[in-house]
Amino acid sequence: MNSGVIKHLLGIKGLEKSQIESIFQTAENFSELLQAPVKKTPALRDITIANLFFENSTRTRVSFELAEKRLGADVVNFSSSSSSVKKGETLIDTVKNILSMKVDMIVMRHPAPGACQFLAKHVNSQIVNAGDGTHEHPTQALLDAFSIRNHFNGNIEGKRVLIVGDIKHSRVALSNIYCLQALGAEVMVCGPATLIPKYIETLGVKVSHNLDEALKWADVANMLRIQLERQDSRFFPSLKEYSKLYGLDMDRLNKLDKELLIMHPGPINRGVEISSEVADSDHSIILQQVENGVAIRMAVLFLLAQRNL
Amino acid sequence: MNNNSAQKILLNSQKADLIIRRFAFELIENHGSLSNSAIIGLQPRGTELALAVKNAVSEITGEDVKFGTLDHTFYRDDISRGGIHIPKPSKIDFSTENLRIILIDDVLYTGRSIRAAIDAMMRFGRPSDIELMVMVDRIHQREVPIKPDYKGVSIDSRNTEQFVKVDWKDQSEVTVWLLDKKS
Repeated sequence: MNSGVIKHLLGIKGLEKSQIESIFQTAENFSELLQAPVKKTPALRDITIANLFFENSTRTRVSFELAEKRLGADVVNFSSSSSSVKKGETLIDTVKNILSMKVDMIVMRHPAPGACQFLAKHVNSQIVNAGDGTHEHPTQALLDAFSIRNHFNGNIEGKRVLIVGDIKHSRVALSNIYCLQALGAEVMVCGPATLIPKYIETLGVKVSHNLDEALKWADVANMLRIQLERQDSRFFPSLKEYSKLYGLDMDRLNKLDKELLIMHPGPINRGVEISSEVADSDHSIILQQVENGVAIRMAVLFLLAQRNL
Repeated sequence: MNNNSAQKILLNSQKADLIIRRFAFELIENHGSLSNSAIIGLQPRGTELALAVKNAVSEITGEDVKFGTLDHTFYRDDISRGGIHIPKPSKIDFSTENLRIILIDDVLYTGRSIRAAIDAMMRFGRPSDIELMVMVDRIHQREVPIKPDYKGVSIDSRNTEQFVKVDWKDQSEVTVWLLDKKS
């Protein structure tokens, strides 16, 4: 990865600061383009991209598809629920069949951690990871860091970012940690001990189990969704108790004697990890995150198409 | 810039300054008032010349001419064909609808950048016309049918191993070199 040129975007781990900044610089131009009356460019007019979603997604899928279409690429969409995967076809066979129809790039979401790495070793196509199990979600981390950077006028170094909630099952948390650290930010995770993996401190992040104390430390709070679909055993007694200890509401926010930037990768469980009042407040940049997502994904696809990350 | 037989000064700063002043007079002569015109510098290397021309026009007429910078990276025809293309900012804070645009670059070579820039320009509005101004025109290297309306000097070298470098020390001093790629 040190060559400065990568073929795939499989994760943030291993990306250098300069590569992330190239993505941001390119995304800034796409952000400006997305404000113009004509939002489309012909940059990837000779590229065909397949979006393979083996797991549910609304935001990421729409965001990637919009990014691809605004770059002028041809797009095909695939979801496992309506495909031959249900008939027992393997991942490699599915993808090889799609690639034989002259597809240049694959954007894939898959429930298995490492699925994108596996695919990259076995097929001759560029792969963009749109979330692989509990492993990484690189474009979410990039858009989160880009949103923080934009809010602080381009300066993310030294900022204190708190990630709250289900760290154990969160690909967003892991990618965010790698990305923020590469850019020089400090990271703390906060949540119940059952939802914070033991290895996390080896990544150089701080750990807290007390949200009020952690909020005092932070410049930014990224409130993760409680992933009910991944809770195969009980990690906390009840949603009500979780919300009381780790949910962000106005009372908690008002106790802080400072500005705090509030983020959420979506979809929001309103009233669980974040109250509606906070999510819709002036402190929140949740919708800016979604807006930035298209520009970031355009930048990633554009740079990868040039093999230029 | 060290001394080397493969290097040649095409324009020293005095000659380049004369050309910039000539450009300003030509624009005033052709456009009359520039209130309905805009000067757009092509990123990355046309912006300094564009700013110098804008300032020269303002010095003569006292008129502040609309000014912007344009990046054509997303409109290139060689994306995914190799090469490194990180975009620079496009900054055009006005609609170009019905304006007379003077697009400025340092060197006109194959013409492909200008073709892409004209595409990129269209998302800011539909100008009434677009003129092209370049400091150096490499007349025998064109790959698309584009020619400048205003040019500083022409080079008729067919040697593709040579390239032109427009070297700005600051806003007021520029030297134009013809260099050998191997030097």
